[in-house]
Amino acid sequence: MTKLNALWDLVVVGGGNAALCAAIEAAELGASVVILEGAPRDYRGGNSRHTRNFRCMHQGPLSVLTDIYEEEEYFDDLLRVTKGETDEHLARLAIRTSESCLPWMEKQGVRFQPSLSGTLSLSRTNAFFLGGGKALVNAYYNRAADLGVTVIYEAQVTHVDIQDSVFSGVTCDIAGVTQLIEGKSVVLASGGFQADLEWLARAWGPAAKNFLIRGTPYNRGVVLKDMIDQGAETVGDPTQCHAVAIDGRAPKYDGGIVTRLDCVPFSIVVNRDGQRFYDEGEDVWPKRYAIWGRLVAAQPDQVAYSIIDTKSIDAFMPSVFPPIQADTIEGLGQKLGISGTVLKSTVEAFNAACQEGMFHGNELDGLTTKGLTPSKTNWARPITQAPFYGYELRPGVTFTYLGLKVDETARVTGAGGRMKNVWAAGEIMAGSILGQGYLAGFGMTIGTVFGRIAGKEAAAHVL
Amino acid sequence: MSYEIPILPKSNTLAEARRQVEICNACRYCEGYCAVFPAITRQRAFADGDLTQLANLCHNCQGCYHACQYTAPHEFALNLPGILADVRQESWDEYAWPQAFAGRFQRRGTPIALALVVGLALLFALVTALPATDGLGFYAFVSHSLMIAIFAPAFLAPMVAIGVGLRRYWCAVGGQPIRFAHLRHAVSAVATMRNLGGGQGQGCNFEDGDRFSNKRRIAHQLVMYGFLLCFAATSSATLMHYLLDIQAPYEIFSLPKLLGLTGGLMMSVGALWLVMLKRRADRKLGSVRAWGGEMAFVLLLGLTGFTGLWLYAATGTPLVAPLLALHLGAVLTFFLITPYSKMVHGFYRLAALVRDAQSIT
Repeated sequence: MTKLNALWDLVVVGGGNAALCAAIEAAELGASVVILEGAPRDYRGGNSRHTRNFRCMHQGPLSVLTDIYEEEEYFDDLLRVTKGETDEHLARLAIRTSESCLPWMEKQGVRFQPSLSGTLSLSRTNAFFLGGGKALVNAYYNRAADLGVTVIYEAQVTHVDIQDSVFSGVTCDIAGVTQLIEGKSVVLASGGFQADLEWLARAWGPAAKNFLIRGTPYNRGVVLKDMIDQGAETVGDPTQCHAVAIDGRAPKYDGGIVTRLDCVPFSIVVNRDGQRFYDEGEDVWPKRYAIWGRLVAAQPDQVAYSIIDTKSIDAFMPSVFPPIQADTIEGLGQKLGISGTVLKSTVEAFNAACQEGMFHGNELDGLTTKGLTPSKTNWARPITQAPFYGYELRPGVTFTYLGLKVDETARVTGAGGRMKNVWAAGEIMAGSILGQGYLAGFGMTIGTVFGRIAGKEAAAHVL
Repeated sequence: MSYEIPILPKSNTLAEARRQVEICNACRYCEGYCAVFPAITRQRAFADGDLTQLANLCHNCQGCYHACQYTAPHEFALNLPGILADVRQESWDEYAWPQAFAGRFQRRGTPIALALVVGLALLFALVTALPATDGLGFYAFVSHSLMIAIFAPAFLAPMVAIGVGLRRYWCAVGGQPIRFAHLRHAVSAVATMRNLGGGQGQGCNFEDGDRFSNKRRIAHQLVMYGFLLCFAATSSATLMHYLLDIQAPYEIFSLPKLLGLTGGLMMSVGALWLVMLKRRADRKLGSVRAWGGEMAFVLLLGLTGFTGLWLYAATGTPLVAPLLALHLGAVLTFFLITPYSKMVHGFYRLAALVRDAQSIT
């Protein structure tokens, strides 16, 4: 630990994808680098440990990616989800640079595989990590170790020391002991604030206390807040977070991918009072799951229940927890803790509105209800065949949008203009580009592109 | 297919394996590592037989453990290689025949060591008690017919026992009639130890945390091919003896000697390497309770190969008699405990690969 007293060329705050990319780039250029990861080793990697792919532009087949995915299409996809809430200059930079990132990632030891079963729609646009995000994180940590990067776990940065736009060190709690770690430059890559429920509650109201956090409990936005308090410029709506509807029985934190439920399009979804509130069959699930977080968050107690019958139980990916099951709709309602009689009348009304037609689970089949409000516009099959199944849904927060404003060199801007030696990468600045909505695998693209830029810029500044 | 398959857990191990496999089936990040995960995704519910099949298909490459976001201290506490290793052990015990021997040499090293002592003592007694015969080479100590009288049953009886076990396994996992394509698939997987390749040839995680290497895969293949060469050496000698009437001792440039020496060398080196790797591996990612038994078994394999080589090197010296007893004692022990020791993994693994081929093709 004596080495900590050194004056580091680069201090990296955070230990996920963006932090590691920055550390590796800087170390490759010969900089002395320390990574301050707030989590213990078992939980290292922030939200990157839950990710699974990297959205990548490519002008021809590239590694596991098929066909082409060019800048314009990529940018259009981004515009569609963000509804224009993006910085076009930075977004195009991320998109264009992603193509050269993939071979770089492979060179660092990251392995890719063809898209996973059930995700064929992404085989052209997203390169999947063999083993998922934790395998990627492991590969980067090994690479960083080989390059002589020092990693300190359970190192929680509480303050970034910046005077007159110049960084000089961070205050850090390491295993309960407060230490000052000095450096010639810093890359802030410590994620968003979605694990701080108090902060979420200030933005969302008390309902936020009922949210589940899908990712790491260590992203509490301490560094982000410290930077904001010191006058750093921000981007992104401070009141918004990205939330999806997940299994209500999921752990409070870190439930990750398995807590997702793909049953909604084949079900009816009712709230605590047994009433439907939105068209469950509006579009295919990959295009709709993101809005359901908000929809459920707006319901009383932030809870909803997805109800299906035996016909649909095999129509979607298996759930991590078995569904609640009963032989009657009333019985199912009671088991779920809602009124069985109300649920029964809701189901009966729905069943009566269903029309004859062919059901196709994998495409919009136009099987719609008639005379029902709200209507269900696809996959509307009567719920009649026992046993009946129910899943509790709750909002699961993935990430927050508020972040630090950066320029194309990933440099942070403060009250006194661009800071001299402070860069930011990953979720802490992603709001610049992804101001609203979500595009699968784009968070990893932003992290990788800007992590690498930040690492190179910092090293160039110091060396 | 109904969601509700009546599942009555036979043991806590199976129940725990089911819990873990169901989480894996909702995640699927590990699909690219080995044959186990694609097999999981082909099902929604897992009966005991399904879990037994997955467990025997698992080669314990440990890639999934290190890639897993749900390992302890996460409350899901996944350790799939660990729990499947336990299920595997239990399945071999369950199908063992006769049941009285089930698991006797599976878990701890002591019973294997005791069996070895008995085997050695028997052979030493034979070699010293028997008058010198007029045979050449080893036959000067133990006549050919006596060797056959001991080793033919010592080889055939375990084979019968394993056959019974495999039949039970095949029923439990719902095996179908075997076609050539299934065998080809399974044998090619064994020949390259494909499932220790990490999916892309980078190898497995074993001796160095989450770093991949092919060391264990290569060491295993040295032992496996070495063993097969030794087996081929004995077989070729048998054929030469009976069909061609060419009797041992054989020249160095004879089939039995060339095969045997190469095989013995590979077995000894491979086993020693496996022992070294295993000492550096994380025990909890295998069957913790079987560590001793596995280690002792690998040592026994190595001893079998090494004493064979030593015996050859000692040709013409007074050491031949004790070394012959040592070598034959090790071989005898090895054969006799095969159905009830780690050695049986090879048979079940092959069966699992054949069964897996049936699900794919």
